[in-house]
Amino acid sequence: MQAGEVATSTAVALDDATVAFGVAAGRVYTAVERASLRVADGEFVAIVGPTGCGKSTLLNVAAGLLQPASGSVRIFDQPLQGLNRQAGYLFQADALFPWKTARDNVAIGLEIAGIARYEAAERAQGWLDAVGLGAFANRYPHMLSGGQRKRVALAQVLICDPKILLMDEPFGPLDAQTRQVMGNLLLDLWTRDRKAVLFVTHDLEEAIALADRVVIMSAGPGSRIIGDWPVSLPRPRDIFEVRLDKAFHALHRDIWNVLKDEVMKTYAQAGGAA
Amino acid sequence: MNRWGLLACQVLVAVVAIGLWHLLSTVPVFGRILLPPFFFSTPVDVFDQVVAWFSSGMIWKHLGITLLESLLAFVIGSGLGVLIGFWFARQPRLAAIFDPYVKMANALPRVVLAPIFALWLGLGIWSKVALGVTLVFFIVFFNVYQGVKEVSPAVLANGRMLGMSERQLMRHVFWPSALSWMFSSLHTSVGFAVVGAVVGEYLGAAAGLGYVIQQAEGTFDVAGVFAGMFVLSVFVVAIDVLVTVVEKRLLVWKPVAGDARG
Repeated sequence: MQAGEVATSTAVALDDATVAFGVAAGRVYTAVERASLRVADGEFVAIVGPTGCGKSTLLNVAAGLLQPASGSVRIFDQPLQGLNRQAGYLFQADALFPWKTARDNVAIGLEIAGIARYEAAERAQGWLDAVGLGAFANRYPHMLSGGQRKRVALAQVLICDPKILLMDEPFGPLDAQTRQVMGNLLLDLWTRDRKAVLFVTHDLEEAIALADRVVIMSAGPGSRIIGDWPVSLPRPRDIFEVRLDKAFHALHRDIWNVLKDEVMKTYAQAGGAA
Repeated sequence: MNRWGLLACQVLVAVVAIGLWHLLSTVPVFGRILLPPFFFSTPVDVFDQVVAWFSSGMIWKHLGITLLESLLAFVIGSGLGVLIGFWFARQPRLAAIFDPYVKMANALPRVVLAPIFALWLGLGIWSKVALGVTLVFFIVFFNVYQGVKEVSPAVLANGRMLGMSERQLMRHVFWPSALSWMFSSLHTSVGFAVVGAVVGEYLGAAAGLGYVIQQAEGTFDVAGVFAGMFVLSVFVVAIDVLVTVVEKRLLVWKPVAGDARG
């Protein structure tokens, strides 16, 4: 691939992807309906939607963990078969291996790829330093705080140098301050080596602060993509400061006007069911 | 309460219990001895018996036999439990077919098998090992089965996304998870290995702690029975301490209950 082509190549392309689950005999729950989404190489796209709208489902389709009932998934212009080997996935839940130390957790991706143990451990130490946990290499996950575990998970994914980064509300369980610190860390690491990022969150502010584009999904079931806003705030950004920007507020207001209705629908459904 | 205070209280319980036993079995209360030595012996006699066993050295042979049987029962039972637990957890259809039979076998009181094992395997150590195996196997089996089944879906998906093959998932995800469950039941399974050995010896053997107790009982030697029980409990406590040490080393990654950080 030539340098000029990089900007135009598509890392992830979903076309009319519909995802359905069989919930009971003969009954099918359609989580996502005819969703089309493109993430260019090096682009940071955030997906925002109300709770249970199938954001994570869409991410799992891009990861190859779920197969769409119809529609197509292409990764760098190749149809996706099985798991997406070009992608790293940062999970919402704790997904570190509890029986491995922080260093071994980070090194595992390299070890699997057949890199010698000592070299993998050395590079893992480098990544732990990069996420600010160099001194915690020998700790087990349960000895780390929630934020520290997320840092280890981030290093675990990035050490494999995936071309695409899929993130499923990765900072969801963290407190507000830690989320901002983690957001800045993520932006910092991403700026060094721009990967395509698909970032799922329910936090609109976080989405605008981080992403190049914000995509809005409608309330489920049968969620669709109902909005797509470019974020033209200048980079490098600082998450603490970008929130004070006038353009940030204007964009936030625009998107929220659309998102608000969907959030209300979700609550109305939940209220009706209860 | 600090460590020494606790220890003092623990010793006090023993002193009071043995003191009462001694008093009631030697000093008449209202003209009657409440614990006749023929049925209850006395602490001094029991102590003399224990000392005699150890000074003559005869007890070491029996302890050795019981230890060997327990060890073999533990190793064979655990090995089979891990193997079959793993296999069943990865082959749900197989597990479903065998489910009622596993439940039936587990519901059976294992003591009734002892005469059959004695018949099949003779009065040597192997009939006791077999009894211990049937006890240890089910504990390890159920724990490993559970351990493999209950691997966190996020951890499993993470392993897959990091590029693990089925074999690597086995090694890095399923195996450690199953082992952690097995080790958390280590105290129970080691305890049952000893129970299997001693009960087997008690029901028919030529050596071992269970045999010593059974022999004493056969001659109405109550001091011998109590001395045997005493040696047996010290033996079990010693093994338990050893297991705790092993456990601490192997499960260093596990959070202590109530210590998990948010």
